[in-house]
Amino acid sequence: MPENLTAPLVVAFPFTRSLGPVQSAFLTGLRERTVLGVRTRDGRVLVPPVEYDPVTAEEIRDLVEVGTTGTVTTWAWNPAPRHRQPLRTPFAWALVRLDGADTALLHALDAPHARAVRTGMRVRIRWAAHREGAITDIACFEPYDGTATATAGATPHGGAFADPVTTLTTPARLDYTYAPGRAQTRYLHALAGRRILGERCPSCRRVCVPPRGACPTCGVATAEHVEVGPRGTVTTFCVVNIKAKGLDIDVPYVYAHIALDGADLALHARIGGIPYDEVRMGMRVEPVWTDDSRHPDHYRPAPEPDAAYDTYKELL
Amino acid sequence: MTPRDVAVVAFARSGHHEPADGLSEAEMLLPVLHDALDQAGLAPGEADFTCSGSSDYLAGRPFSFTLALDGVGAWPPIAESHVEMDGAWALYEAWVKILTGQAGTALVYAHGKPSSGDLRDVLTRQLDPYYLAPLWPDPACLAALQTRALLDAGLIDEAALLTDEAAPVPSADGHPSGTPHAPGARAATDGAAAVVLAAGATARRMCTRPAWIRGIDHRIESHALGLRDLTDSPSTRLAAERAGAFDAPVDTAELHTADAAQEAVLRRALRLDGTVTVNPSGGTPATDPVMAAGLIRLGEAAARIHRGASDRALAHATSGPCLQQNLVAVLEGEPAGHPGAEPEGART
Repeated sequence: MPENLTAPLVVAFPFTRSLGPVQSAFLTGLRERTVLGVRTRDGRVLVPPVEYDPVTAEEIRDLVEVGTTGTVTTWAWNPAPRHRQPLRTPFAWALVRLDGADTALLHALDAPHARAVRTGMRVRIRWAAHREGAITDIACFEPYDGTATATAGATPHGGAFADPVTTLTTPARLDYTYAPGRAQTRYLHALAGRRILGERCPSCRRVCVPPRGACPTCGVATAEHVEVGPRGTVTTFCVVNIKAKGLDIDVPYVYAHIALDGADLALHARIGGIPYDEVRMGMRVEPVWTDDSRHPDHYRPAPEPDAAYDTYKELL
Repeated sequence: MTPRDVAVVAFARSGHHEPADGLSEAEMLLPVLHDALDQAGLAPGEADFTCSGSSDYLAGRPFSFTLALDGVGAWPPIAESHVEMDGAWALYEAWVKILTGQAGTALVYAHGKPSSGDLRDVLTRQLDPYYLAPLWPDPACLAALQTRALLDAGLIDEAALLTDEAAPVPSADGHPSGTPHAPGARAATDGAAAVVLAAGATARRMCTRPAWIRGIDHRIESHALGLRDLTDSPSTRLAAERAGAFDAPVDTAELHTADAAQEAVLRRALRLDGTVTVNPSGGTPATDPVMAAGLIRLGEAAARIHRGASDRALAHATSGPCLQQNLVAVLEGEPAGHPGAEPEGART
């Protein structure tokens, strides 16, 4: 059993989201060091604000300004901050009910150690030096022993600011270690030796290439390894007329389904070494390997007559 | 029309896989599927309906569930569906499919390979993208907020937590009283689970003592943690009510929790007293494979009924931070000597 292959896999996605009137006002407010909440019909003030009443689902737009000081309602010490979290040094996650609000907002609380944190303690916002209209415009909370800020209650606010923020871009990156599994590991190891390995289904006897450890028709494990190819037959193809970004291949070119000799599933690859308008169903092809490649770069015509339709019609 | 009787007739789960095993999702799943299908006497592809639960965010690839379909015999085409949720919700969909008469049997499975990525990052992506996700709060810390709220409310005590394996660990600065931190921080493992559902007479044929589903319901709470009362679980209570959990006492409860504190919340919401055996499967929901952990609770409850060790069991599955979304199912076995042989059609 060769060593199981793994490869790093990075998924990065910079989502851009529309904010809507309430979230736009709230996040623009943070940029201007103003905290807005929204009042429900029954008079509760929600901070951070939402667009719909969480109980009645009624649309709510009645913005109010609340204080920048508040009270910790629950907390958790975070001894080992992760790199995208708000603070580099150990801190407490805290739900903070700002003065004038009836609900709590999650953020970091900068405290020297866990003993310095307790439920009910008074805190105030520490604003980020650079603010752009995001929850991270609040750098964190910090302990505060003064009196409540002037806006102790919730005061009506029109929510209007110059140059309001209307979208939020939230970059996210997740790092994975991709493991292709045992069957594909065997397949990739064989490819490195320029051999193409399939697996035969114990039930229907068909050979799957590339193998994935199970017969997709029968739903049973495949284990018997079968070397297929290297030559094969074009079962069907298409002409590509649009140049893919970053791909150094001139258009038009042909992309084809190829049934390798001995395989019962067609795989797909580019056809080269022949004008695009001369490729045909039944054409016999062979792989072309380049020096540094772990897989065939493309397939080219093999010096033999075309295969009869009946020999590959089941593989279309 | 009387609704059809639907039962869990088979359950299988994998052991805890290590990344070093080098298995793909399909390879991890295949033996589990065959175990469940064999118990029910079904061949691959033979179930009327197939439904699975998994997450692309765990795999790091779009449509990752389609590769797992290699394991179910999906050609010629089968009736198939997928939920980007724990397999417990796939079971719910399959149950509805059978109730509405569109299927007589269903294969439900779930799989997760959290070892592919880092759950502490991955699970932040399920949070509110405007106010929470940009802060990257990891799941253990969110769970600890709930634990602290319960401690403050006097609903749990630190001594009880510290005797539990999932107890909050003392903080890095050696805070003596066990500052709640990182319950559930034990790493979830890779694995898979599968169940087979069947209706009426088919269920009786497949299983000596089917676990009849008397009700299932699932409810969700706000994504805003600060809007919720973290010491209570109204969604669990409502789901239990709608599933009929309070209509008669249960003898067993399988609860899907990250830690002892969450179990305390659920015990109150579900009105479980000392007479109810909780998690007799000896399961460790906190380390069960993500996306399969909830389905495993349902499967374990059913298996206990199959064995005759329970007559009426409650199974619970959860999703999201701090018990945000909850599913409750009530399963029953028939008393020994129950005729139970009437044709399926006679009940309609």
